[in-house]
Amino acid sequence: MEVGMKVGIVRFPGSNCDADVYRAVTDGLGERATYLWHKSTDLEGVDVVVLPGGFSYGDYLRAGAIARFSPIMREVIDFARGGGLTLGICNGFQVLCEAHLLPGALVRNRNLRFRCHDVGLRVENAGTPFTSAYGEGDLLHIPIAHGEGQFVAEASTLDELEAENRVVFRYVDRRGQATDAANPNGSARNIAGIVNAEGNILGLMPHPERHSLSVLGNTDGLAVFQSLLAAVSRERSHPGDRRTDAAPPGAREFAAGAVAGAGVSS
Amino acid sequence: MTRTSLERVEARPGDPVMSAALVAEHGLSPEEWEQILGFMGREPTFTELGVFSAMWSEHCGYKNSRPLLRTLPTESAAVVQGPGENAGVIDVGGGWGVAFKIESHNHPSAVEPYQGAATGSGGILRDVFTMGARPIAIFDSLHFGSLDSPQSRYLFDGVVRGVGDYGNCVGVPTVGGEAIFDPAYERNPLINVMCIGVLPLERLIRGEAEGVGNPVMAVGARTGRDGIHGATFASEELDEEAVDSRPQVQVGDPFTEKLLLEASLELIERDLLVGIQDMGAAGLTSSGTEMAARSGSGIDIDVAYLPVREKGMTPYEMLLSESQERMLLVAKPEHEEAVREVLERWDLQAATIGQVTDDGMFRVREDGIVRVEIPVKPLVDDCPTYVREGVMSPATAEARAADLEAYGSFGSDEAVETALRTLLDSPSIASRRWIHEQYDTTVQTNTLEGPGSDAAVLRLPAEGRALAASTDGNGRHTWLDPRTGGRAAVAEAARNVACSGARPLAVTNCLNFGSPLRPEVYFQLAGAVEGMGEACRALGTPVTGGNVSLYNETGGQPVYPTPVIGMLGVIEDLERRVPSAFRRAGDEIWIAGTTRDEIGGSEYLAACHGLVAGLPPALELEEAAALVDFLVEGAADGAFASAHDASDGGLAVALAECAVRAEGGPLGCTVDLDAAPAGADVSAAGRWFGESHSRVVLTCRPGAGERIAAHGRRHGVPVARVGVVDGPDRPCRLTGAGHAIAPPAAELARIYEEAIPRRMSEEAGITS
Repeated sequence: MEVGMKVGIVRFPGSNCDADVYRAVTDGLGERATYLWHKSTDLEGVDVVVLPGGFSYGDYLRAGAIARFSPIMREVIDFARGGGLTLGICNGFQVLCEAHLLPGALVRNRNLRFRCHDVGLRVENAGTPFTSAYGEGDLLHIPIAHGEGQFVAEASTLDELEAENRVVFRYVDRRGQATDAANPNGSARNIAGIVNAEGNILGLMPHPERHSLSVLGNTDGLAVFQSLLAAVSRERSHPGDRRTDAAPPGAREFAAGAVAGAGVSS
Repeated sequence: MTRTSLERVEARPGDPVMSAALVAEHGLSPEEWEQILGFMGREPTFTELGVFSAMWSEHCGYKNSRPLLRTLPTESAAVVQGPGENAGVIDVGGGWGVAFKIESHNHPSAVEPYQGAATGSGGILRDVFTMGARPIAIFDSLHFGSLDSPQSRYLFDGVVRGVGDYGNCVGVPTVGGEAIFDPAYERNPLINVMCIGVLPLERLIRGEAEGVGNPVMAVGARTGRDGIHGATFASEELDEEAVDSRPQVQVGDPFTEKLLLEASLELIERDLLVGIQDMGAAGLTSSGTEMAARSGSGIDIDVAYLPVREKGMTPYEMLLSESQERMLLVAKPEHEEAVREVLERWDLQAATIGQVTDDGMFRVREDGIVRVEIPVKPLVDDCPTYVREGVMSPATAEARAADLEAYGSFGSDEAVETALRTLLDSPSIASRRWIHEQYDTTVQTNTLEGPGSDAAVLRLPAEGRALAASTDGNGRHTWLDPRTGGRAAVAEAARNVACSGARPLAVTNCLNFGSPLRPEVYFQLAGAVEGMGEACRALGTPVTGGNVSLYNETGGQPVYPTPVIGMLGVIEDLERRVPSAFRRAGDEIWIAGTTRDEIGGSEYLAACHGLVAGLPPALELEEAAALVDFLVEGAADGAFASAHDASDGGLAVALAECAVRAEGGPLGCTVDLDAAPAGADVSAAGRWFGESHSRVVLTCRPGAGERIAAHGRRHGVPVARVGVVDGPDRPCRLTGAGHAIAPPAAELARIYEEAIPRRMSEEAGITS
């Protein structure tokens, strides 16, 4: 039986974090990755689709607005609507919102400037296929790099997201508090990442792939990819089973070790 | 259409009539005009005049700097490609090379800061990827007027957005640089951008036009009327009407650049090209003629095939347009279709506009009619050069002679602490966080040490190795003593790179000066280049290329002569890299290098006394070289927990920087400056804030100091233990020359972090 996972990374013209995701999956995790060209209509049988960061189509019109109409996106939308694991990072999150796979929108940062630095993140829901290798409440340090990362949505949508536990990551300070000062872009309720109602589509602004290689000294983001691997393995051995408490032995400990090793709760 | 010397060169109907005034408008002297008539054997057409104007500008022809630049060392075992190409290349081991170059975009940024800076970044990125290298890092060395001026804030804000937006979109991290603020740069800011790329050495490609009949292709964006005569514009003084030159500033499109980057690297990787060059300054003219000159060939193009943005463009305009994101390719003929396919896949334009010839002519047609026919060699290589007389300006002589004794002592401990606070609040010293948080610093996942470190350190593809790089220059020191300033720019850059544990290997230089026609400016230029050459030889770091930007002045006042050096070095084992800030409480603090009574030209005199005077600190070449060896070998041996260069603001500022930049938050320290190695009769100000060269603040684990001492003895570098790192919430307790201060580290950090944001928060005051 086939083991491991194959991650498809969509390359739009202007994608620029595609290679970083590739390295996180291959060098960081030891799994397989392949690029999916935006003009292609073949997902090549991948287990997971990643929409990477960058400036797809130059972000003309609105960030992510043109990318959603590219040929590959028709396939990605079908894949995601059919329950396929789909991860949108930064510009990829913007594309997911534009494609109505996730609610809300991402608008210019409240200080109207591009911002790049590490932020504190709190794992709000460790029961998703993207976060099962974390523990609830884990504090992470992950970089952001965006000019349009302010998450906005109707109050009723925000209430629904919270009620359904679909806020996966929140911006927090060193003590784990979701303060205004810890909010780098003015996102509603400090929201950094959300999932869809079915739990198979995650969008987040921070870049877990940038903190997935031990040589760079921080691997707080690697557990996102470990979680995906666990979900893919589980799906293969128990098709249709989306429970996350069936994480393979060791995955949690590994992630916890990685997190503790980076000294994130300091 | 192989050879056409029998065809007539025809002036275009409606061309302006040739006159002395028209020649002068094109920046050519009567003597240069005579020289042109001599080797052309006829009067040039208006279109040809435009070509000469561009190629014989300072920007392309190095009229006033070439004889000086020839004196610089350009070779070493590490240098694979020296000056004269799109970028220099060095061998960094494991089959990998690093291409790098620095360039200025001063005049465009002075009139349109956002686009000026953005297109500067775009141009230097293209210079690097046309060598076959993938850009992995950008550095920006920026000089502006005082941030108290709304005009300077406007320029600073626009430039930072321009550099950021361009690099961020292309996906190349901006990981280092400097920002200096001084009224000398008020209306003529300096925007220097360095790009670094990596390539497998066997994939190195040059800007050559070889092989008769090979197709010449124009690729990328369409040609418009923007930037016409940019190279000539860059070679003139800015005047009050310069804002009217905004049409000469090009507009950047980083999205197209990203596509060009990927497409070019794919073309090179698949070996489909003979040569490739950016259509940068002087656009199609310089790329076409320079590629032919390198190969000793000729080039025959028809502008009718050039994709243009608007109708009715003349050959003159098409040849001199500096529209961005365009490249000139020479393809292997059997691969012409494959080249086209690759470009189309990336949604880029590709048009075959001519071919390579063997007659040594730059020939340009318009629908078949020859409009330009100029022999390539004299056009490119025989640009007249000038060696001028240099004289020190009376203002410099007067400043050098100033008596500084009154500034050497402090009336009280409070005066010392006030001076330290003032210096940490000086935007030239303060934290650059406001700048670099607007830059993507971590994309590509290579950044090991980013902004805020003495040198940025990046992972190399060669296993276990890292690259360190820094940009440095000191205009004030160079104004007071050009030769010392030139030496010091190289030595400080080398020191920064060596502090990270890297062996400095090679430099790229950007010479930002006023008009060379002024004897006092020529004196500065000649002196700085001489000093630069001396230091490059002493440190074994040859020059692989760079850029000359003259005529940086407004209202008859030249900027400070500002040579900026971009230095590269390699760390063999990236695990042995050394950070610059304090690591942990309890570590021993050491100082290496001799403090002398040198407060001349210091930031202390400028920031605390409004004075630019005295002789800048001397740069002893042997000392500088010994310190580099000491740092590199000590780092390889694991002797240092941290290493930070002492420069602007002297030892007191260097110690405070180590304290406030500590990774987990500010750390205190206890240091006795009197324990540091020192020469005779050092004044109090010299001890605290003097900027003697070749000094470094080091730390090591408690009890490990003997290894520092041993390395010091081996290399003849004086070292001394001066104190200890204290915990967070502790003061920086500094004593020396009879004074003692103890400001809380957290408070120094606040001053250091808020200096620039505080001044930039009043953005309403921005004018244009």
